[in-house]
Formats: sequence, structure tokens, C-alpha cells
Amino acid sequence: MFSPEVTSMIIQGIGETLYMTLASAFLGYVFGLPMGILLTISDKDGLKPNPVLYKLLDVIANIVRSIPFLILLILVIPLSRLIVGKGYGPNAAIVSLTLAAVPFIARMVESSLKEVDTGVIEAARSMGAGTFTIVWKVLLVEARTSLIVNATIALGTILGYTAMAGALGAGGLGDIAVRYGYHRRVESIMIVTVVLLIVLFQIIQTVGMALANRLDKRKS
Amino acid sequence: MSEIIVENLSKTFLAKDGSVEALKNVNLTIGSGDIYGIIGMSGAGKSTLVRCMNFLEAPSQGRVLIDGKSLGDYTEKELRKQRQDIGMIFQHFNLLMQKSVLENVCFPLYIQGKKKAEAHERARELLEIVGLSDKQQAYPAQLSGGQKQRVAIARALASDPKILLCDEATSALDPQTTASILDLLKDINQRFSITIVIITHQMSVVRKICSHVALLKDGQVVEQGLVEQIFTHPKSAVAKELILKDSGSDAKTGAPRSKIKSGEKIRIVFSENSAFEPVIANLVLTFREPVNILKADTKNVGGVAKGEMILEFIKDSANVEAMKQYLADRGLAIGEVTEDV
Repeated sequence: MFSPEVTSMIIQGIGETLYMTLASAFLGYVFGLPMGILLTISDKDGLKPNPVLYKLLDVIANIVRSIPFLILLILVIPLSRLIVGKGYGPNAAIVSLTLAAVPFIARMVESSLKEVDTGVIEAARSMGAGTFTIVWKVLLVEARTSLIVNATIALGTILGYTAMAGALGAGGLGDIAVRYGYHRRVESIMIVTVVLLIVLFQIIQTVGMALANRLDKRKS
Repeated sequence: MSEIIVENLSKTFLAKDGSVEALKNVNLTIGSGDIYGIIGMSGAGKSTLVRCMNFLEAPSQGRVLIDGKSLGDYTEKELRKQRQDIGMIFQHFNLLMQKSVLENVCFPLYIQGKKKAEAHERARELLEIVGLSDKQQAYPAQLSGGQKQRVAIARALASDPKILLCDEATSALDPQTTASILDLLKDINQRFSITIVIITHQMSVVRKICSHVALLKDGQVVEQGLVEQIFTHPKSAVAKELILKDSGSDAKTGAPRSKIKSGEKIRIVFSENSAFEPVIANLVLTFREPVNILKADTKNVGGVAKGEMILEFIKDSANVEAMKQYLADRGLAIGEVTEDV
């Protein structure tokens, strides 16, 4: 029903969207996971309470999260130029997507880790475990299911953000939807991109939840 | 074998609305190889005291000496090393829910830097000791409370400790399981000469396995000594109260019995299915005939509320068989009672 050019454009769009989503989520976890761990252990009931560090991370997370993503996109353009050499395109979008994802992911990691039963942590301490061992072998292991569920949520959210970044020339399905649906009023193309975004979202959600369930050993 | 000396120990917690003195000037000497009970009502400071014995809580004042060395003198790193000589088990078991039984027992060995093969071998030996060799690959969620505590005991023994601290280790278990866990602890005490400290609020636990006991009330030791001594000559009010509670039903029967014209007595047992309906009230309404509840007791058996009652019917009642049938129809187990209630 579409010309070969349009079809190849949509296929390229899917690729760009997946690339932006996965790369930003990966980088988001590279920085967000340690940040979430630090927030957990430096909190007042944490393993190594440190009010100064906690407050610092807390404020950074709040500031970044309180900036609407569309505005963050614009604010970050100079930084993107500095890092990837361009202010537009998928790579530039990854910079802003990552920046938005880090505090979001850190907060979700923090909440997952704080769900871990304090009794198990106490048991580990009674066996002579240090902070690093407790984080690595107790917190991350016991919170595994919750961390995977939250990673699924993070991926879904970042997927949604890529569409917004698309509006500012990042490429991907969002870009196509905005250009054809909004500027040119070619509704059929827009509908196809929307359906594709829904399908991608469903796949992420289904795979994520299945993985979380499969790795959860708490059910008898 | 190790000796624990607690000297002038005090612990104050700072709360928002002032400070709470959890322990006040506690002095204890726990001899090498003893099974030492520390008993008290909830809030007496027992758990805080036992946490001071491995410095999970640092005391505000006083010292804890293990084999003559004060825990307070250790650096953080030395303290972690020292803790490997002090095993601990808990009321809620505190196992890693996402790891298999075998990996749970290996955990303290990994902390010590043992290799996987070596740790697995040692863990299998320990699971053999606690009688769970067939559950190596199971996950804690698949085990009963008693089995979870056995895993926790195996884990606590993995690092060859000289001391085992038990924080209300049998409080979440039913009487039969409690008895088997206590037997296991006694066996461990004798086989490996491990000093055992048992925190509990149940006098029956102390009576069953402890050689010595200290009674704690409001953060202070009110009485301590040999178990038989405290049982036969309790001096403090707390000791008398705890002993009375322990003897339970046999201490309370005197008064009501004289008023009963003894009819037939039965014992009924509620299971999880029958606990929701007000069966006795309905029975009385149906037959328009009073029954006497001589004893009622509910127990937590493996996490399910189970109840037991002893009922007495009116002397020479014609409805006894019909009433028994009524109860049986509602899924209650019925037994005869021959002994004096």
C-alpha cells in the first residue's frame, strides 16, 4: 500500500527508534544503577548513612526530573554538540534521553533496593559481610524481580520519549509520525507508525514481565 | 567453645521524641559450652542485648568480651572477621529468597572467599547435619517454617562458629517443630561444643534446653542463674509470671470446675476451613442448650491459625450425639476427653 521509499523509511524509523531506546536505556543504567545504589546506601537507614551525599544526589535527581523532557531536549542541544558533534539526529537524542533516564532509573533502583527485607541484610551483616558484598550479593539479588519490572517500565518510558525527541529531528518512528501526520496530514503513515510504536511497547512489556516472573524464586 | 562476658552494658536509642534506654547496666557471664537462655516479655531489650553480642548494635556504654577480648576494640574490618565466629539465627529465618537452599548455606563461605566447589561440599555436609540433604536445590519459598530454620542453622554453622546466637528462633514455629529445632540445637551444642545463646519469650524453650537463664525486664537483668534454680525458687515477680504462663492450663482450672455438674466433655479442633463460622454460637442457637467452654486455645501452626476447644455438654443431655454430628458436619475434628481438664 506504500511506495518502496515510504516502506524503507518506516523500516529505518523502527531501527532508529530501537537504537535510541536501547542505547539510552543501557547508558541510563550505566549511570542510574550506581546512582540508585548510592542513594540507597547513603540514606539515613542505609548501610553507610551519608546525609551530604544523599542530599546531593537527591537534589540532582529532583532537578533533572522536574524539567519537562521537551525543554530538556532543547537545553541539552549544546551538550549534544559537544559530545556527538551534532545537535540533531539519533545520537544527539541519545544524550538527552540518557540525561532524562538516569535520575528516573536511579529512583526506581532506589525503590527496588529499599524493598529488600532488612532482616536478610542483618543476617548478612551477622555473617561478617561488608557493604560491597551486601550490595552485590544481597540487595541486587533479592531485588532482581523488582529491578527487571522497573527496567521494563524504564524502557517503555524511554520509547515514549524517543517519539518526543523525534519531533525535534531525532529520527525514528516519532519523527515520521510528526512529519507525515502533523505537517503533511498523511494520516495513513501516521497510523502505521503509531501501531508500530504500540507493538514495540507490547513486546518490551511482555518480554520484561515474562523474564521477571521466570527469575522470581519466591513462588512455591 | 567460647565464653561471653557482658560488662555494665547500656544501650540508649535516640528517637525524635527523646531517648529510649533499651538496656541498663546489664552484666552477664555466659560460660563456654553453655546453652544460655535470655527470657523476657516483648520490649524487655532481649533482641538489643543479643545484637550487642556481635556488635550489630554497638552498645552506648560497657563492654562485650568474647574469650577475654573486647569487641569494642576491633576495627570495622576485624569486627567483620570476628563475626564469622559468631553464628546467628532469627525468628523470620532471613534467608535469601532468590537463592537455592544450597546457595544460602554457601553464602557465608563465599564471604570468606571460599571457592564454589569447596563451599558446595561443605554446604552439603551441613545440610546432612540438619536433615535437609534432599532439599539442596529447593528455594526457601518451597519449604516449611521448620525447614527454613534448619537451612538458617546450617548457614550459621557454615563458618565453624564458636558461638550461636538465636533471636526468637522458634517463635514463628508450631510446638512440634519448635521441639525438633530445639533438639537440633542441643545436638549441635554437644557435637560441636558451640556456646548457644537463646533469646525467647517462651519459658518452655528455656525449660527444654537451657542450662542457665537470665530474666530481662525493662532493659535490666532481674534474675539469673541455673534453670532449675529459677524454676523451683523464682524470686522476682517476672519470673513467677513467666513460669505461671508456661504451665498454662494446668494452673487455671481449679475455680470453674467446681461449678460444673460434669457432663460429657469433648475436644474439638478447628482447621483453616472451619475457623470463620461462629460454630459454637450457632450450635447453641440451634439446639437451644448451653455448652460450657472449658478451654480454648489458638495456635499458629505453620502460619495457619488452628484452634482447639474443650466443650462440656449439660449433664444427661439428650442432644449430645446430635450436637457432635452438628460439629462434625462443619468440618471440626472431635475427640473424647477423659483426663481432667
